[in-house]
Amino acid sequence: MSASAPAILNLADVAPAFRDPTRESQAVFRRVMDAVARPGTIHDLAFAPDAPEGLDRAAGAVALTLFDFETPTWLDPALRGGTAEGWMRFHCGCPLTDDPAKAAFALVTDARAAPELAAFNQGDAKYPDRSTTLVFQLPALEGGPRVTISGPGIKGEASVALAGLPNGFWEQVQANQAKFQFGVDLIFVAGDRLTALPRSTRVIIQGN
Amino acid sequence: MPVEAVVEAASERRRWLSILAKAPSKDVIAAWDGLADRPAYRALRAPEIGMVLVRGRMGGAGDAFNLGEMTVTRAAVRLDSGETGIGYVAGRDRQHAEIAAAVDAMMQSPDLRPAVEGAVVARLARGQDERRDAAARKAAATKVDFFTMVRTRSPG
Repeated sequence: MSASAPAILNLADVAPAFRDPTRESQAVFRRVMDAVARPGTIHDLAFAPDAPEGLDRAAGAVALTLFDFETPTWLDPALRGGTAEGWMRFHCGCPLTDDPAKAAFALVTDARAAPELAAFNQGDAKYPDRSTTLVFQLPALEGGPRVTISGPGIKGEASVALAGLPNGFWEQVQANQAKFQFGVDLIFVAGDRLTALPRSTRVIIQGN
Repeated sequence: MPVEAVVEAASERRRWLSILAKAPSKDVIAAWDGLADRPAYRALRAPEIGMVLVRGRMGGAGDAFNLGEMTVTRAAVRLDSGETGIGYVAGRDRQHAEIAAAVDAMMQSPDLRPAVEGAVVARLARGQDERRDAAARKAAATKVDFFTMVRTRSPG
């Protein structure tokens, strides 16, 4: 939990979310599941509702679907105190945490300023699934430096070219994969689209 | 707003939310349907059914204990004029929760308040007073006054 008590939620600033929470969240969940099962494939979430300022549609949809009262959530400092925070408190009901190591989910809107992957909850030997799932909001899912990926859910090899990630990010992903079964899972969103790289995916940095 | 006014407004809102929450669903729906002019609104949170844990304190001052769970339906709506209302009602009637939220929103609007204050809130409050009164009368009619009979044992 954050050190100070959260401010009283101003309902007047909260925008609506899913019109039909059951069906829409199931539709989003299906796409997130497919993205994690087939790492690197890109899925479309254009049917999701508008997200508040600072969040892309796909980021909002993932938050509405996955975050709830049982998942302490680390929010990017850029989102703290804004309409996006209030929107998530109202619609997801997720407790917010300032401590990356306690977070079940993390929503990163500025990948270059975010803590390293190793700073988040890595899971423990009994419950490796309790590690943090990070949601990175990027400028684009294509057009960045290309890396080769392989592993469960990928036939042979595939590649991703995520834009807007900091230098050294892929080395962090390699280190994260190396300590499998521990490690964090990664979801990337940009605009209406989403892709994922679970901790089981191996990354080969091209040009090395 | 001075602090007193904020506290006053909050306790007033608490009063009408309480009336809306405790009123029987059919009374709430009947009162709402009886309104001539119902404003347009959209759901901020569609009515959803859940449970809350009711806690109590022995004598109102002891340690908190879990009394039990009760079914609650909640909703939040935003009027087209901008006011946001919330409704938490006992039971599982979605329409009741949505109407409670809409009435809460209307009560916050100086323009819309006169339309619902008497026709819905006061009417439901009256119904509650009457029921409480009737129950109290019924209970009073069967009241037994216990008194202690002093029995004197005859010696021997």
